[in-house]
Amino acid sequence: MAVAETYPDELRYHPEHDWARIDGYEATLGITWFAQDSLGELVHFEPPDEGTRIGKNDAYGEVESVKAVSDLISPLSGEVIEVNEKIVEAPETVNEDPYGEGWLVRIRLTEPGEVDSLLDAAAYRQLLEEQ
Amino acid sequence: MQTLLRTPLYDRHVALGARMVPFAGWEMPVQYEGVIPEHRAVRSDCGVFDVSHMGELEVEGPQAGALLQSLLSNDLDRLEDGRAQYTLLTNESGGIVDDLIVYRLTPFRYLLIVNAANRETDFDWLKEREIRGSDVRDVSDDYGLLAVQGPHSLERLTLPDAPAFSFAEGEIDGISCMINRTGYTGETGVELMVSAEDAGELWDRVLDRGAKPAGLGARDTLRLEVCYPLHGNDIGPETDAISAGLGWVCALDTRFTGAEELRRIKADGPSRRLVAFVMEERAIPRQGMTVEGGGEVTSGTHSPMLDRGIGLAYVPAALSDPGHELTIDVRGRPRRARVVPKPIYKREETPSGSG
Repeated sequence: MAVAETYPDELRYHPEHDWARIDGYEATLGITWFAQDSLGELVHFEPPDEGTRIGKNDAYGEVESVKAVSDLISPLSGEVIEVNEKIVEAPETVNEDPYGEGWLVRIRLTEPGEVDSLLDAAAYRQLLEEQ
Repeated sequence: MQTLLRTPLYDRHVALGARMVPFAGWEMPVQYEGVIPEHRAVRSDCGVFDVSHMGELEVEGPQAGALLQSLLSNDLDRLEDGRAQYTLLTNESGGIVDDLIVYRLTPFRYLLIVNAANRETDFDWLKEREIRGSDVRDVSDDYGLLAVQGPHSLERLTLPDAPAFSFAEGEIDGISCMINRTGYTGETGVELMVSAEDAGELWDRVLDRGAKPAGLGARDTLRLEVCYPLHGNDIGPETDAISAGLGWVCALDTRFTGAEELRRIKADGPSRRLVAFVMEERAIPRQGMTVEGGGEVTSGTHSPMLDRGIGLAYVPAALSDPGHELTIDVRGRPRRARVVPKPIYKREETPSGSG
């Protein structure tokens, strides 16, 4: 189950341990290696409904391990256009592949300018070191 | 800030990479590799838990049995030497001060293994009620306690079958210990009580024999699948034994603290009952969530064996029969659950010597 700790350079990061893969006016969201490692094996994903509008820093869903519940914090404002149903069925996919198959939702950005406020991989790694 | 206590195995847990958490005043391993693989190891093979944080009290003297019979709910007179019994320390209103296992060492000497969080409460409770010819001592610091649990635990330790709730002096790889056929997982297994100084070496030998280290996380999911109550969650001084479904460990024809009140509750029928439930929708129930119609979840988790949310809840008696549908408020979302018979998880084949 344990995968090596990584923070891909092509992603942007939120201090609450969420990542965003920006693709024009859309973004794919997930949780970082650090977040999945802290939680342990995930056993539940409570997704938002498609069409839900979420704001930057808002909770848009929940993930749970056996012991703990964690809010999913949106790094960007947008409208949910797709939920990764595979994670609803097999939440442990997030532990196995947090940046690939373990993505959580796709959103259409409503405030694309917010992208500049996110951390790059180096800054996020530094934040982890300081914790 | 209070300093957390450490068991004799603390350094070994850290060396194994355990995640250490505060629990009942102790710094304990919640998991090593992960709750789910540890849980599965106990259900399919053999796991070992450090439960040295639990308290051990000794009651000795010609009146030791009389003292305990007057304070504990189960019928102590039915115990022989070398046998143990699950029982409750009750208060005047029939509430549960603690649940514990009492071991009859001799007719004049008993051992009580009690919850870590209640060690001092229990000691004080017994000490204040001591009678002439009985002496209560807290011997917790003298011992380590390892729970070795799982269908292959006996063969891994090269131990013969023995009846549940029996115990005897013995040794594992030359290390003397008391071998108790007890546990908190619903699996065959033993709890090994060992001198504190030998605890580390016994732990090493048990790991060498193939037991997988398991933490408090798996201990909780395992006990909840088989509906063993956790004191402080599901039972406590404010909850009575009858409502909690523990009438079977209350010898209501004997005299013990609160027996009269428990007889009354039993005769009237309790207004609410502690039931087991399984989620019918995807959601994980947690302690403190409310049940529609006036109830509350006291323990909840994800069951690794059922791959679903499970829990225990107090519900009005009218909703307490297996089959009743419950609606649980999961952080503002109503989620359906169903009352099921206890235990929630049951192995298919019937093994021998389980406890």
